[in-house]
Amino acid sequence: MGVTARNTAAHPYERHPVDTLAAFGQRSRVAHVTVLQFSVVVFVGSVAAGLLGALTGLGGGIVVIPLLTLLLGVDIRYAAGAALISVIATSSGAASSYVKEGYSNLRIGMFLEVATTCGAVIGALLTGLIAGSTIAIIFGVVLLVSAALSLRRHEEADLDAPSDPIATYLRLDSDYPTPTGRVAYHVHGVPAAFGMMFVAGTLSGLLGIGSGAVKVLALDWAMRLPFKVSTTTSNFMIGVTAAASAGVYLNRGYIDPGLAMPVMLGVLIGALLGAQLLVRVQSRALRIVFAIAIAALGVQMIAGGLRGAP
Amino acid sequence: MSDPHPGWSDQEVEQTVGNLLRIGLLIATAVVIVGAVVYLLHHGGEQPAYRIFHGEPPDLRGIRGIVDTALEWRGRGIIQLGLLLLLATPVARVAFSIVAFALQRDRLYVLITLIVLAVLLYSIVGGYV
Repeated sequence: MGVTARNTAAHPYERHPVDTLAAFGQRSRVAHVTVLQFSVVVFVGSVAAGLLGALTGLGGGIVVIPLLTLLLGVDIRYAAGAALISVIATSSGAASSYVKEGYSNLRIGMFLEVATTCGAVIGALLTGLIAGSTIAIIFGVVLLVSAALSLRRHEEADLDAPSDPIATYLRLDSDYPTPTGRVAYHVHGVPAAFGMMFVAGTLSGLLGIGSGAVKVLALDWAMRLPFKVSTTTSNFMIGVTAAASAGVYLNRGYIDPGLAMPVMLGVLIGALLGAQLLVRVQSRALRIVFAIAIAALGVQMIAGGLRGAP
Repeated sequence: MSDPHPGWSDQEVEQTVGNLLRIGLLIATAVVIVGAVVYLLHHGGEQPAYRIFHGEPPDLRGIRGIVDTALEWRGRGIIQLGLLLLLATPVARVAFSIVAFALQRDRLYVLITLIVLAVLLYSIVGGYV
């Protein structure tokens, strides 16, 4: 039995395959559209998903899943497969730009990916022991609190604080582009960030989605990186974490080419636009968009968890 | 910035990884677009059926079946092949990074990246067992 084979079984939506959402979908107006029209709608929504996902470092899943399940009545397993495609398309699409611009920090991403991938393996092993719906509700509440708190952080004060000695050893300090040239930054709280990344990985193993939010928060709060470095480095990491589940999703038949095609093409375009926009957007504005997005994700997790509760 | 390690600079490493990533994405996108045209020409007028989960047919679940279906010039198979290429990009990114860190003679990061690749491959392959 593979370690991630039960990865999605604990997905909070999956407890009731024929739930109220599917019933809603059956009665909705989309019952008579053609494949072509359906593809166009999904494509347009996916552009928005890629744009938001690339900017915030959350991936495209937080838009793609509600778009497909709530609006279009798609079964959650097909939606989860499409969301996996969207996360990888966001990550790879935007990364090709972020790496070039020098926003994302490859060393931080790779070092913390050790914690995330190991956490994902543990999370997948725990799925049989812990109720996914309970975790989803707790995680949702944590996200709502985090949304409020993340607005209050002022990163300017951290620029002069000395680096964590571990960060110096691992050569994590770097610089990033700003309108006034490249600015050097120090990296703090490496053990705390490593621990949070382990939790992020475990959550993604348990719940299937949502690890991007914890990744950004770990980089922002524990390491105290500039916010654009946090979102772009998270963007790099979510693709690698998502790839770990790709084998399971494909093998279980969750990835439908007809559905994933408009998702991938739309998300890629959105991610490229998002990467362009990131250069111009103010950190403060980005932080507000991020807070709204994780609050929406928190509500989504709580609703999904409550629906899946026995 | 002074680099204690001879060879490639951080910037060069990241540029190279970024360029390889872009080439991979371009190929994946081109394949998906070709598949999309074939698929929509044949099935564009049908009604989508994603409300009830049936799962994909077995020949669209494994690498071999996908390649065979794509070679028969069927839209869904060609798209799935493009998606496989997309799914491979993060793995390729990690693998390229190992080479790049090795060129930098950065043993610590070669080791760190090898661990990531090993765990990643373990969970991908584990999904098939």
